[in-house]
Amino acid sequence: MRRLTALFPSVRAADRRLLREGRLSGPMPWVLAVMLFLTTLAAAGGLALGQAAQRMGGGLETRATVQIVQADADARERQAAVTLTALRGDPAVRSVERVGAAEMAALLEPWLGAQGTDDLPLPVLIDVGLTRADAVPDLARTLARVAPDARIDDHRAALAPVSRLIGTLRWLALAIVLLMTAATGFVVVLAAASALDTHRGTIDVMHLLGATDIQVARLFQRRIALDALFAGLIGLGAGMLVLTLIGRQLAGLESELVGAVALPAWGGGVLVALPLATTLLAAAAARWTVVRALGRLL
Amino acid sequence: MGSIVRFENVGLRYGADGGSDGETLSDLNFALAPGSFYFLTGASGAGKTSLLRLLYLAQRPTRGAIHLFDEDIVTVPRDRLPGFRRRIGVVFQDFRLIPYLSVYDNVALPLRVAGVEERDLDTPVREMLAWVGLASRADTRPATLSGGEQQRVAIARAVIARPEILVADEPTGNVDPEMAGRLLHLFDALNRLGTTIVVATHDIHLLSRVSNAQTLRLEGGRLSDPTGALRYPPRNSA
Repeated sequence: MRRLTALFPSVRAADRRLLREGRLSGPMPWVLAVMLFLTTLAAAGGLALGQAAQRMGGGLETRATVQIVQADADARERQAAVTLTALRGDPAVRSVERVGAAEMAALLEPWLGAQGTDDLPLPVLIDVGLTRADAVPDLARTLARVAPDARIDDHRAALAPVSRLIGTLRWLALAIVLLMTAATGFVVVLAAASALDTHRGTIDVMHLLGATDIQVARLFQRRIALDALFAGLIGLGAGMLVLTLIGRQLAGLESELVGAVALPAWGGGVLVALPLATTLLAAAAARWTVVRALGRLL
Repeated sequence: MGSIVRFENVGLRYGADGGSDGETLSDLNFALAPGSFYFLTGASGAGKTSLLRLLYLAQRPTRGAIHLFDEDIVTVPRDRLPGFRRRIGVVFQDFRLIPYLSVYDNVALPLRVAGVEERDLDTPVREMLAWVGLASRADTRPATLSGGEQQRVAIARAVIARPEILVADEPTGNVDPEMAGRLLHLFDALNRLGTTIVVATHDIHLLSRVSNAQTLRLEGGRLSDPTGALRYPPRNSA
């Protein structure tokens, strides 16, 4: 707490006048605002992709689909019956549900039209809920013994490329956030050095009047921290606006996969914390820069 | 206390010029008595400003020892120097007023640096401004003042915190003779309150205008002693 207070020192109004420019002056706050805007988008992207991965994984890891592909309808039904019996008797199976004819027709309607599928030798589909994610290989062996035409599809395997892509994008988002954070630190260091040059005369006078390095650093620290806070709020506001617009467009797509890409409930808190974290970073970087520069004076 | 300032074999060299021949100041050995008044004279380039910079701790000597308030400030840790600086008032040759602060805020700056509470600032700052005849200009910016008025603001800022030593670099260089006389009167009054005064000037007419002043003369970076200020015991010593 004491360290946090040191980053946000209270400075008297009269002392604040020692650095004459007002808030949001010069390019630094606007550069920070742009960086916060991009950081907000990258962080939101990473969080939303994480949420999507979790939703996909959570829904699909413990689900599998059994297909019985047999042209002969009698044989298909016999195998379906023994498969259902075998699945219901397996401790790794939580739920078993055969996909009904009406549901099959609805699934195929986009491709075959509404004229019906009664005459087609459609495979039997059985939706299986599992108690554990790694039960599929054992079930496949069991089914191979009782129903030679049964195939069990592991949804995880089907969606693995998508999961890998999402994972890569999440790491990319994290990398962007970290790079932006580092760049923010560099921008603040440059801004503090520039402000030191601008106020060199004032600093020299204060120094010779007996001001300590920390007294001088506090002035810059407070000013830069406030600039960073305002810039952060501008960047966050712009980022949230863009995210809201994108969210509405995604919702309009009515896609289950795309719909899974959404901020988690706590994601808003993380995004709001970004300008605060930037402010802390800016205050620390400004203090370090100023104290280091003053250390070169006698 | 015998001396408030003591220089022992002090030399100062700027840059990388080798040997003592390249020194701006050489072999300075002298002591200043507390409560005394000194003029530091010498031709332009003799090293007056460099000597003052050593006195107000803007510069460390290249060699030798400087004792200030009985401590060797050459070896004292850097974080203790602000405490010494607060005991020294400085009138810079170019005033160094902060242009965007009011006269009041410029004069109050040493007290604020020293951590004096705002409620305790007003009386001493107003009194000081009245003392230098600028009470009515408290809210104006330095740029709107004449050279003599700016000089008085600089003096007010230098003495507001009641320093033990006042160092002034050519304080009468930019003012007419009448104003120079008034400024010297201010220094003399401060000296009578116990402050040790060191005034660097190349104006020899000033030297006779303070009756008890002693003169230190710099020639080519070395100190001569026309009034015996260095040879005789400090005035206030026991």
